[in-house]
Amino acid sequence: MSIFEYNGSALVAMVGKNCFAIASDRRLGVQLQTIATDFQRIYRIHDKLFIGLSGLATDAQTLYQRLVFRHKLYQLREERDMKPETFASLVSAILYEKRFGPYFCQPVIAGLGEEDKPFICTMDSIGAKELAKDFVVAGTASESLYGACEAMFKPDMEAEELFETISQALLSSVDRDCLSGWGGHVYVVTPTEVKERILKGRMD
Amino acid sequence: MGDSQYSFSLTTFSPSGKLVQIEHALTAVGSGQTSLGIKAANGVVIATEKKLPSILVDETSVQKIQNLTPNIGVVYSGMGPDFRVLVRKSRKQAEQYHRLYKEPVPVTQLVRETATVMQEFTQSGGVRPFGVSLLVAGYDDKGPQLYQVDPSGSYFSWKASAMGKNVSNAKTFLEKRYTEDMELDDAVHTAILTLKEGFEGQISGKNIEIGIIGNDRKFRVLSPAEVDDYLQEVE
Repeated sequence: MSIFEYNGSALVAMVGKNCFAIASDRRLGVQLQTIATDFQRIYRIHDKLFIGLSGLATDAQTLYQRLVFRHKLYQLREERDMKPETFASLVSAILYEKRFGPYFCQPVIAGLGEEDKPFICTMDSIGAKELAKDFVVAGTASESLYGACEAMFKPDMEAEELFETISQALLSSVDRDCLSGWGGHVYVVTPTEVKERILKGRMD
Repeated sequence: MGDSQYSFSLTTFSPSGKLVQIEHALTAVGSGQTSLGIKAANGVVIATEKKLPSILVDETSVQKIQNLTPNIGVVYSGMGPDFRVLVRKSRKQAEQYHRLYKEPVPVTQLVRETATVMQEFTQSGGVRPFGVSLLVAGYDDKGPQLYQVDPSGSYFSWKASAMGKNVSNAKTFLEKRYTEDMELDDAVHTAILTLKEGFEGQISGKNIEIGIIGNDRKFRVLSPAEVDDYLQEVE
């Protein structure tokens, strides 16, 4: 079994009209055994920037701690929040530092940039950025997620419709993957508020 | 005075609480050629005298005003070779920032890092402080900015400032002439007039250097012909 499939994960981010949504599953497993059903995979960097980390859970947690550290110092030095594009470049640089002994994580970054324009991107475990205008996926359920998102996505969805779409895409994809599931965790972010919701799906 | 007994080691405080080497470095700056900077509403101008030791020197090979990044420029008063070293270090720091964040470095960050380098040379073994004060002019998301960095590593943001030989006259002149809503062209004229105040000899595009940055966020040094045009407008 690949190291990326040790814990199991599913992550997806989608762009809407002046908003974005980022969603993850909630299972934490050790190969075939489920050991937690409320595992947090999506982290808030600041109100308009979220990062989801799929892959090996220990690396995801450590990487998140390092990124928060860097961002806090940046905020103190520059007296402003990091833009999502800048943050993505930083994550890419940090991952590449470990080119020959990498973090076994695939990040999904979503945020509102200049003038609240939605920004999403993903990258591989050594920092190759992949920008997208519509959606990005990561994790053990990524192949199903690609299919579900491609089918369900429409451009310029409002926040409520975006929430429905991303939730359906997530739940239907994790149902086809034994290593991810046990519900969903969805953040829908608009320029004025952040809505966090828990989904109840097939609890297996 | 007891101070002179402590002037041998730059890392030792004198009884009066000063680091004597830094005072001497400031003296080196004070006897350097005059340079000045003015922050306008829509840009920044920096200028300096360019008095060459002999008429045989090829003035086109000497450039005192340098770019640190496409949108930040710098001029100095004091020792030219020390300036070159600082420019090299600052350019590298700006590029490192860009490599990490893929964003142009904000002026305040670059100034702070350059000042940190200058401070390090006041607290390390076997080195001496830099014999230059810098005037850094840049335009970023916070608008036009002008900073002065001293050999001690302290930095200040200025609306208008001068350094070097004629500093007190120049500053008095700038205090009278400066207005908050000055446009870049007015600022260039004021800069030229300020330089003219203490200039020995005939001022021309060949013996002063002017660098400007406007809303386009591109710092550039004016050619001698452009400087002559501004000089004519001022006459």
